[in-house]
Amino acid sequence: MSMTITEKILAKHCNKNIVRPGEIINADLDIVMCHDVTTPPAIKMLDERGINKVFDKDKIVVTPDHFVPNKDIKSAELAKRLRDWVNKNKIENYYEVGRHGVCHAILPEQGHVLPGTTIICGDSHTCTHGALGAFSTGVGSTDLAAAIATGKLWFKVPETIKFVINGKLPKGVYSKDIILNIISDIGVGGALYKSMEFSGSTIDDLSVEARMTITNMAIEAGGKTGVINPDQKTIDYVKKRTNKKFEVVKSDKDANYLEIKKYDVTNLEPIVSFPNLPSNGKTAKEAEKMNIKIDQAYLGSCTNGRIEDLRIAAEIVKGKKIAKGTRMIVVPATTEIWKQANKEGLLDIFMDFGATVSAPTCGACLGGYMGILAKGERCISSTNRNFVGRMGHPESEVYLASPATVAASAIEGKIVDPRRYVK
Amino acid sequence: MKGKAQVYNRDDIDTDLIIPARYLTTDDEKELAKHAMEDLDKEFVDKVSKGDFIVSGNNFGCGSSREHAIWALRGSGINAVIANTFARIFFRNAINNGFLPIECKDASKNIKQGDELEINLEKGTIKDLANKKEFKFTPFPKFALDIINAGGLLNYIKK
Repeated sequence: MSMTITEKILAKHCNKNIVRPGEIINADLDIVMCHDVTTPPAIKMLDERGINKVFDKDKIVVTPDHFVPNKDIKSAELAKRLRDWVNKNKIENYYEVGRHGVCHAILPEQGHVLPGTTIICGDSHTCTHGALGAFSTGVGSTDLAAAIATGKLWFKVPETIKFVINGKLPKGVYSKDIILNIISDIGVGGALYKSMEFSGSTIDDLSVEARMTITNMAIEAGGKTGVINPDQKTIDYVKKRTNKKFEVVKSDKDANYLEIKKYDVTNLEPIVSFPNLPSNGKTAKEAEKMNIKIDQAYLGSCTNGRIEDLRIAAEIVKGKKIAKGTRMIVVPATTEIWKQANKEGLLDIFMDFGATVSAPTCGACLGGYMGILAKGERCISSTNRNFVGRMGHPESEVYLASPATVAASAIEGKIVDPRRYVK
Repeated sequence: MKGKAQVYNRDDIDTDLIIPARYLTTDDEKELAKHAMEDLDKEFVDKVSKGDFIVSGNNFGCGSSREHAIWALRGSGINAVIANTFARIFFRNAINNGFLPIECKDASKNIKQGDELEINLEKGTIKDLANKKEFKFTPFPKFALDIINAGGLLNYIKK
């Protein structure tokens, strides 16, 4: 019986030969990922019930990321509860501040994400890891607590929508534009409960990092997960980072899809998603005509805070000066990315341009700190959500775009089409 | 279950609207409840009474996985959310907390702000006592009902 990659991974993890959409299964988990916001409540739930053990300390990976380095006493208490729990349970895969990073960037980077595995985290952007051919999905703190205690979670096997993306990406157009375009097409509930499988020649041509930007935002269309069938690039990416063995799983050619949606990106333009939904996409060209002044440009997050993103933006702002009245905040997503960017001279380029560079953190992406907007302020951002109040005051505005569009807009102090700055 | 309807006749109410991330430095239900729905409706906390229901449109609870959204609503007195559809993680979190996410396509169109509602879980009906209309909702799968009846996922697992 033919199956999609999502169905195959789930079948394997509940010891069945086949599973079908709609079936409720109890699946084994290979990685349970933990951070400083949703894990402390999970630990409390377990403590209250006298459950003091973790199912397998080597399958738990922990990094504080949302509010570290801590922004205030309350967030310091959260990080401490996480750290104390890590120490008590002798969890070795712990990335303390100084080695830490945004969880969805650091786990693949450090070789914890393997094709064919199951990964959960108390974080909606866990769907990112499907870029490496894993089944990964976000859950809340109660599910996380159950996962920590038992190493299992119940899932309803999702139906899969296949997105076939073909064509050569034009200059100045990136994977962020592909996914913003898809979300604008199908809407923020367009893939509710579904697995979103991305394929086609465009996806084949993308780097593994650029693919992560696409799967990362599956949740913004309501998806349960985003996934890409592994290829040689995936295998090379993983083998460079770990010696752990893994088994590559791929969709069968005649697998059943709820729907197949086709896109040709040959003429795709840079996209900007307007407030207050990721699905409010317009072309950057249209946005430029509207003369939208920005107060802040934000480059970072699990969506677009990786080294390739920093390189693209640095190339654009190199030797230039930021627009008067605009500020730019660059947040490399992990410590390793920060070091690499420093080694390549990217951080100097950003600072000479007039940007400030922060330590890795989720920070302002979710309105935590390190770049909060005042009433009436506007930000062009490489992040994933532009909901009301997402980056600060409920009357501030966030426009989502690629790192190139963020960088180009910082030069001009308004939202612009980045293509004239891309060599 | 009886209570008043707090109607938000729109789609895509996200978890940042339900509880903004600036308050996620606590997981205390009472503390979170003070800020429930703050960026959508500043009067929410004052107008809601214990046992009330939220009535809304499609994709309720989209966005972040924060369970704080459920805790903030429950802490403010809300007993259940009735919506056309729910975002997946919110739905899961609700069930896992024994908090009811009731899927009903006709509710948001017909129920008015402040209407007195009566919900019958076994029959799968919502009665609007103000206009005497009755709506059917998608019954919970047995698996979900077992979790709800156990008082949430962790109690269910412990059993």
